[in-house]
Amino acid sequence: MEKTKIESGFSSDAKKEPRRIVFITRNISAKVKDDREARVMTYPHLLVREAVVFEVLIIAMVLVSLFWDAPLEQLANPLLTPNPAKAPWYFLGLQELLHFFPPFVAGILIPTLVVIALIVIPYFHVNVEGQPLWSGNASKRFGMVIGVVAALLVLLAIVDAWTIIVPTVLIAALLVVAYLSKGGSRWMDALRRKPVSWWVMTWFIATAVCLTVVGTFFRGPGWSWVWPWGTHVG
Amino acid sequence: MATSFNSALENLRATRVWRSIFRRGPAITNRTRSVAVFGNLFLHWLPVKVREKSLRVRAAYYLGSLSLLLFILLVVTGVLLMFYYHPAAPKAYHDMKDLRFVVSNGVFLRNMHRVGAHLMVLLVFWHMFHVFYRGGYKPPHEFNWVVGVFLLLVTLLLSYTGYLLPWDQLAFWAVTVGTNIISAMPLIGNKVRFVALGGNIVGENALLRFYVLHVVILPLLAFLLIAVHFWRVQKDGGLTVRPREEDGKD
Repeated sequence: MEKTKIESGFSSDAKKEPRRIVFITRNISAKVKDDREARVMTYPHLLVREAVVFEVLIIAMVLVSLFWDAPLEQLANPLLTPNPAKAPWYFLGLQELLHFFPPFVAGILIPTLVVIALIVIPYFHVNVEGQPLWSGNASKRFGMVIGVVAALLVLLAIVDAWTIIVPTVLIAALLVVAYLSKGGSRWMDALRRKPVSWWVMTWFIATAVCLTVVGTFFRGPGWSWVWPWGTHVG
Repeated sequence: MATSFNSALENLRATRVWRSIFRRGPAITNRTRSVAVFGNLFLHWLPVKVREKSLRVRAAYYLGSLSLLLFILLVVTGVLLMFYYHPAAPKAYHDMKDLRFVVSNGVFLRNMHRVGAHLMVLLVFWHMFHVFYRGGYKPPHEFNWVVGVFLLLVTLLLSYTGYLLPWDQLAFWAVTVGTNIISAMPLIGNKVRFVALGGNIVGENALLRFYVLHVVILPLLAFLLIAVHFWRVQKDGGLTVRPREEDGKD
């Protein structure tokens, strides 16, 4: 099969529904996908399911609201700064970053770059077939990836940002395991098939979760390390 | 009992008033079931038929629908809270106390709004990551992914502006910490912060601005983007569902 050959699916009936182009590479057989899939009526099949899921969520919310109270502290007082003063939980990852980087980098540059990166994801047509990272010239790629990860770790070590280093090392370890593994188990086979976009996103999520959890539960006065079960009073 | 209930339902459906509201008759044929969807203002943007595979829980975990549900719940509880709330310092704080000690079910109302807000931020993040791992951003869904990113930002802003409204220490300092970061923006940082707060500190003007953003501007923006987002899900060909053997490839 030619690498550049592109074929469409069944005889195109554009009025019926939009068609997807099938990408055919050397690794994929050129079988035609039948997308005349089984369909069911939206009413009742989809709507009943939505209604059930909605009910479950509302019941769960009511239960939580009955047994947990929204916090209310003392009246706002500009003269009495709590230590630490914390942003809402979804910004505590950024606040944790502020601990390591100057305000412009942690508060403006990194969030802006993340938003731009998210927006352009669908417009990057590199590796659109989703080829595994460890395919092709795997050993050359391995060298490049290790180089990038090592440079990143050195940079992070300089600013002592170990709450980023830990998830980065964990994901890098998974990368190495996937590279060295001969496969076998279903889980490892799936890991070996992941493309580079999967690895980047997984690293991003792991880091964001780690920063947010640490910022929320493990930071006390002066942004020092505390244990959430400790007796300190903020 | 069941029979009498069913016959009562039948009788109700046969009345002139009922038939004037639901013109299509009972939804027992595919034709009337189709009309039930496209003849209904609130459902007309849904396809009449959906792929059986997209009904699987694993296809989307209903995360998009649940985010919409949370938005609606937050609008409802939020409007009810507005009956008891004045966006003025320190009256706003005393309104919180009234909700707790004076208003019937005031605590429950505020709890629902708070729980819903946290949950919505969580679900919207989860939704985005799930769509990414399913490859749901790929053509022809590129634009809808971008709309989704903006919906995430609006969700965060909605939650953040609401965070100030109780006017307690938690609210005040969280917003102070957050808005201080704006000053780090080169050249225009302090000006942007001044516009956001209506002054140089988090004060009464900031409370009013955050209130207006929280109850009018951002919800309208979210409503608009949600409409576009759901509309495009269908126009772009429905949920991204792929056959099992391809799942590991993304």
